[in-house]
Amino acid sequence: MIDVNYSAGRLSFSHVLGRGFIYGCLIFCAVIYMMPFLIMLSTSVRPLAEIKSGTIIAFPREITFDAWTKAWGEACIGTKCSGLSSHFWISLKVVIPSVLVTTILGVLNGYALTKWKFRGANLVFGLMLLGCFVPFQAILLPMAQTLGVFGISNTPFGLALVLTLYGIPFSTLFFRNYYVSIPDDLVKAATIDGAGFFSTLWYIIVPLSPPIIVVNIIWQFTNMWNDFLFGASFSNGDGQPVIVALNNMVNTTTGVKEYNVDFAASIIAALPTILVYVVAGKYFIRGLTAGSVKG
Amino acid sequence: MSHATQSQDRSRDTHRRSDMMFWLQGRLSQIVIAPSFFAILIVVYGFILWTGYISVSESRMLPNYEFAGLSQYERLWSMTRWHIALKNMFVFGSLYIVCSLVIGIFLAILLDQRIRMEGALRTIFLYPMALSFIVTGTAWKWILNPGLGLQKFVRDLGFDSFTFDWIIDRDMVIYTLVIAAVWQASGFVMALFLAALRGVDQEIIKAAYLDGASLPRIYTTIIIPSIKPVFLSAIVILAHLAIKSYDLVVAMTAGGPGVASDLPATFMFAMSFQRNQLGVGAASAIMMLVTIMAIMVPYFYSQLREQTHD
Repeated sequence: MIDVNYSAGRLSFSHVLGRGFIYGCLIFCAVIYMMPFLIMLSTSVRPLAEIKSGTIIAFPREITFDAWTKAWGEACIGTKCSGLSSHFWISLKVVIPSVLVTTILGVLNGYALTKWKFRGANLVFGLMLLGCFVPFQAILLPMAQTLGVFGISNTPFGLALVLTLYGIPFSTLFFRNYYVSIPDDLVKAATIDGAGFFSTLWYIIVPLSPPIIVVNIIWQFTNMWNDFLFGASFSNGDGQPVIVALNNMVNTTTGVKEYNVDFAASIIAALPTILVYVVAGKYFIRGLTAGSVKG
Repeated sequence: MSHATQSQDRSRDTHRRSDMMFWLQGRLSQIVIAPSFFAILIVVYGFILWTGYISVSESRMLPNYEFAGLSQYERLWSMTRWHIALKNMFVFGSLYIVCSLVIGIFLAILLDQRIRMEGALRTIFLYPMALSFIVTGTAWKWILNPGLGLQKFVRDLGFDSFTFDWIIDRDMVIYTLVIAAVWQASGFVMALFLAALRGVDQEIIKAAYLDGASLPRIYTTIIIPSIKPVFLSAIVILAHLAIKSYDLVVAMTAGGPGVASDLPATFMFAMSFQRNQLGVGAASAIMMLVTIMAIMVPYFYSQLREQTHD
C-alpha cells in the first residue's frame, strides 16, 4: 500500500481533488457492479403489470412476494409446473457428497504427495494439475457413453460422480500447495516417535488443515453448484440440478413471459453461493488466487 | 540360547519389522494416491484419447469407430458456423482479456490508496465471481433487451432516439457477451493484482516518493514492472476461462441471433448433442483442447522451472 501522507499532513487542494477522484471512481464502479443484482432483486418483488408498463430498471412501487413463491413451487420448466424446489434439493443431494469426497481425497493426495514423497510424485502431481485446465468439452462424449454403459446417466449419482472426478485435480492442487509449506520436520519427529502414515495424518496434518479445508469446500461447492455443462449433458427432466432447471425455466416459451419470476428464480438458484461468499468471502478469494497464481 | 543372542535376535526382528513398516509406509502414500491418479488417468487422459479417436472416426449420430482419417476435421473447417465461432472467440477472447485486465488493475490501484470501506468495496467488486453464469446471463439478457431494459429506461427518461440493441444485432451481439463477462471477471483480476500490489517492497516506493517521483510515475516505472508475473497468470487464467465459456452464451444469447454469437464451446455442444455430428463435435473439442494446452503447457513449464530455481 502506498502511503503518500507520511511526509506530514499535506491537505493541499490537489490532494483533496485526488482523493475525491479516487472515491468518485470507486463508488461509481461499485454502483455499476451492484446494478445487475439490484435490478434482479427489485424486479423479483414487483408485480408483472408494473414491469410491463415500464422497464425492469426501476424501484418497486408495490412489493409482492408472489414471484418468489411461484418460482419456488409453481413455475413451469418445460411442461412441468412445480417450480425450482425439487431441483434445488437435487443440487444439494449431488453437491454435498461430492464436496465431501473431493475434500477427503484432496487431504490424502496432498499429504501423500508432499510428506511421503515417492519416485515420480512430481510427475503424478503434474499430470493431475494439467487435469485442472482441460476443457471439459474434450471429455464430454466419452463420459456420456461411459455413464450410459454403467446405467447411471441421468441419475443424481452419475452427475455427482462426474463432478467428484473432475473436482479431484483442484482439491489435490489446493492441499498439495498448502502442505508443501508445513515443515517436513514435524512429520519426521512424529515418525521417530513411532507414528505411522495415518496417525501422522490424523494427529499432525489434519489439525493444521482447517484453513485450506474451508478454501477447498468453498471452491468446490461454488464450482459444483454453478456447474452447467455437466448438468445439461448428464441429467434430464426431474433429475436436473437447479442451475440447469433455471436456464430451462427462463427459456420456457409457453405462456406469458414473467420477468419477476425469472429473477426470483435466479436469486433462489444463486442464494447458496451468495451465502457462502458473504459468510466466508475471505476464503473464497484465497481459493481463487491459490487456484490460479500457484499454477 | 543365551540372553545376549536372544535380545540381539529380537532387536534384529524389530529392525526387520520396522524396515517392513517403513517399506509399507512408503508404499502407503502410493496406495493412497493410486485411486485418484488412475481415475484421472482414465477420465482425463483416456477420455481425451477417446475423443481424439471419435474425431478421426466415421461417427455421426451414433459412435461409429470406422477410421475416417481427417475427414471430420475437413468437414469442421469447411463449416461457416465454425469460422463464425472462431472469429467470435478471437474478438470475445481478446476484448475480454484486455478489458478485464485494464478495469481490474485500475480498481486494484484505486483500492490500494488507503481507502475507507476497502473491505466492502472489494466484496462488491468480486461478488459476480460467486454467481453462476446462468444467473448473470439471465440478468444481462433482460437488462440489455431493448424493449425492457437499458434502452427503454433511457428512452423513458426523454431521450427518444437512444438506441442500444446490440443483443439483437448480429454484428454487435458478441460485444454484449464481452460486457457481461468482463463484469463477472474484472473483480477477480482486481483481487489478483491487489494481492500483488500489497507484496511490493514499500521501502523502494518510499525512496522514490522522497526523490520526488509522482504517483503515476511510481506506478508505471516501479510497481507495475515488479508485478509482471501476475500479468502472465491473469492472462493465462482469463484466456482459459474465455475458451471454456459456455454457460454465459447459453443463458444470454443461446448463440443467437442465428449463430451470430456462437463460440467453440457452444458449437461443440450443438454438433454433439443436437445436430447428430459426433465426429465434428469431437474434432472441435480437440481443437479447443489443443488451443488451451498451447497456452497452459508453456506457462506451467515456466512456473515449475521458476519453482525449482527458487
